[in-house]
Amino acid sequence: MEDLTFRHTVPASAAGTRLQAIVGVVASGNLEVLAERVLSPTECLFEIRTAAEGFREVWTAVIADFVQRYSPGGLKLSVNDGGARPDTVALRLAQALRMMETGR
Amino acid sequence: MSTSDVPMAGSLSGTERQVSWYEASARNRLRLLLDAGSLVEFIGPEQRETSPHLRLFDLPEQFDDGIVVGRGQLDGAPVLVAGQEGRFMGGAFGEVHGAKLTGLLRAAREMRSIPVLILFDTGGVRLQEANAGELAIAEIMRAMIEARAAGVKVIGLIGGRAGCYGGGGLIAACCSALAVSEQGRIAVSGPEVIETNRGVEEFDSRDRALVWRTMGGKHRRLIGGADLFTDDTVDDFRAAALQLLRFPLAFGLDALDAEQSRLEDRLRRFGACRDATDIWALEGIPQPESIPGLPPDRFLKLAAAFPPSLGAR
Repeated sequence: MEDLTFRHTVPASAAGTRLQAIVGVVASGNLEVLAERVLSPTECLFEIRTAAEGFREVWTAVIADFVQRYSPGGLKLSVNDGGARPDTVALRLAQALRMMETGR
Repeated sequence: MSTSDVPMAGSLSGTERQVSWYEASARNRLRLLLDAGSLVEFIGPEQRETSPHLRLFDLPEQFDDGIVVGRGQLDGAPVLVAGQEGRFMGGAFGEVHGAKLTGLLRAAREMRSIPVLILFDTGGVRLQEANAGELAIAEIMRAMIEARAAGVKVIGLIGGRAGCYGGGGLIAACCSALAVSEQGRIAVSGPEVIETNRGVEEFDSRDRALVWRTMGGKHRRLIGGADLFTDDTVDDFRAAALQLLRFPLAFGLDALDAEQSRLEDRLRRFGACRDATDIWALEGIPQPESIPGLPPDRFLKLAAAFPPSLGAR
């Protein structure tokens, strides 16, 4: 297991008022993302626990892309990863954000 | 079209509830099963009550340890609920996973009047926390019997990808009543376990048809191992749960005596059978070999000739 933490400063807070959302499941090639609205509007924090060690660079890139695309200010995103591919990770992060925005 | 053992009355049919039970996650099953927006989770994922054991094996944790417990409303009436996530470690019981279900059943025992729905989806005990998992199974069965003795109905709903195996099969056998879909399987020893211990001549775990006609929902319904058969949608499971909750389902010495007699009679009649089709033939079902291929609506018509043994559990 490898633990990774990423902090980003973003221009805008995530839309919506929902305080918490969870998507996905921890299984082979899958992951869960727990989103919590607990930070100041310009902060964003990622706490990753992954079963696939040695992929810090890939995580760095996937998360930087997600932050740039969505500006998820105010959110702490906690990830339990069962070795998902980068596209699955990007999809789950976007799904969690969408739930925070729409309440569904 | 609804294809469940039960009439449509009481079900709130919506397109959202037409989704497959088998395909849905535990949290989605609960969200759609209950009245809209009524699910309130206890010890939710934000509390991060994860397994204390998995890290030692260098395995990833899940924030809810693979089970959602909470309360909600079913057709306006309060219920306590638990749903296992079969995709996380096969829905297996670990220490925390089990403790959440034990706690829910103890709360039900204290409140006495609120029924419990358990959405089983499990391979049994999580091998990485074997002792804690086995203890959890025992604690859950005790808590369930105590809750039932206090007057609580406990309904099991089985139709997930992991089926209901191992300790999950034991717990299911302690429930007041069970509803199962064709995809749901109920047993204690799983196909691979039987093959490993007794040889491929005893049970070929790769023979999917054999697995399903021995442990699948249709067979369990026909031999009284489950009380209702239902199609695979959330809406059908909701109708089945409501139907089972309407039965008296009393629990006491009389119920246990009746169940004992039922099982003795079943063993006497079918003990020498080598295959489920032999049992179906003895039951006088024409073309027993056609049962696995029957669509749910036609199977339900056939099953209507075999009333569930409600009250004997």
